[in-house]
Amino acid sequence: MESVFGLVGKDFAIVVADSSAVHSILVHKTNEDKIMILDSHKLMGASGETGDRAQFTEYVQKNVALYQFRNGIPLTTAATANFTRGELATALRKNPYMVNIILAGYDKDVGPSLYFIDYIASLHKVDKAAFGYGSYFALSMMDRHYRRDMTVEEAIELVDKCIREIRSRLVVAPPNFLIKIVDKDGAREYAWRESIKDAPVPVAAA
Amino acid sequence: MARYDRAITVFSPDGHLFQVEYALEAVRKGNAAVGVRGSDTIVLAVEKKSTPKLQDSRSVRKIVNLDNHIALACAGLKADARVLINRARIECQSYRLTIEDPVTVEYITRYIAGLQQKYTQSGGVRPFGLSTLIIGFDPHTGTPALYQTDPSGTFSSWKANATGRNSNSIREFLEKNYTETSGQETVKLAIRALLEVVESGGKNIEVAVMTKEQGLRQLEEAEIDAIVADIEAEKAAAEAAKKAPATKES
Repeated sequence: MESVFGLVGKDFAIVVADSSAVHSILVHKTNEDKIMILDSHKLMGASGETGDRAQFTEYVQKNVALYQFRNGIPLTTAATANFTRGELATALRKNPYMVNIILAGYDKDVGPSLYFIDYIASLHKVDKAAFGYGSYFALSMMDRHYRRDMTVEEAIELVDKCIREIRSRLVVAPPNFLIKIVDKDGAREYAWRESIKDAPVPVAAA
Repeated sequence: MARYDRAITVFSPDGHLFQVEYALEAVRKGNAAVGVRGSDTIVLAVEKKSTPKLQDSRSVRKIVNLDNHIALACAGLKADARVLINRARIECQSYRLTIEDPVTVEYITRYIAGLQQKYTQSGGVRPFGLSTLIIGFDPHTGTPALYQTDPSGTFSSWKANATGRNSNSIREFLEKNYTETSGQETVKLAIRALLEVVESGGKNIEVAVMTKEQGLRQLEEAEIDAIVADIEAEKAAAEAAKKAPATKES
């Protein structure tokens, strides 16, 4: 089962997602990127129905880009969260997207922020959030160890604690995780936490 | 309601679409716009009519981004331009969403031209009163491109072109003086062409330069003034060189 979680630090926000793409009992791949970089300073981690996840996050990304071209300035994180939630809400009673989203962003005036948006279009601005079976463990760890204004090192320590719990306590735990960070310098990949690497592919003989 | 669906753009007995030709007239009255394609740089320069003192000039951008690698300038009805530009921007993102690739310059030009053509063959609407100059780099090959569309919906690719007020004189100048240029030389050529019909000075010209690496960059007034000064100096030097041999002989 997919896990996505995130937290806000001193002047940054982190989103962590597992990277397994699963279909019934088959694991298609273990290095799937589920955290979409919406624009220079926004991250959208998503979990749920695979097709919906990819379609919906790409749709939000293109609309964020369109706003910037139309208006000459980027959308704020709060506006993006509300737009995303609005789209989920509109589709909800017709053709719902089965996607849970953790949106992290950095705005110059506001600093880092994190939004919890679930598949039935609830929206909450939070310091820490988690989705999936892993959330039982991640939220408990974060409740115990999270403090406001953590440094990147402290936050990553906490992230690793959460990942360790998920790996050890969840019966079908995802093996690999991807960590992305967003701060004043932008949104980017921070690190992988891999416990299974794909077997090296032999190169075809010349 | 059906009464308002009658076609407005219809053929005249001698095969003209007058509404389209009148739209072209509107373009001819619009501000001059020049586009020049270099080997690694493409430049758009547009005439800026004097800004009223109380107006915030930043809200009247004449050269706009359609995507990271495509820009557009136009001559004619600015309100019509807003509509076309909006549709083009949406199409750029929509294409990225479905094809997972950025548009080529030719594709978006074809799209805009197609839109302009639709409005010459639909009921109850008039053609868009503007011609556009579209520049950009091919996202795969990196080749620079410059295209022009007009109210009839035709489009073609150009090495350099002008539209709007006095575009014929500017085009003549470009035909005489065009050479393959790159970098700053392309910028100078575009400004020189525009200065044929526009009062010189940074406040009367808006210039934007597109490169593959940096995308679209709007030049500041000071930069434009500096280049104009360079151009005037070169012109003066050329005049002096012409006169000097003559006096020697006499």
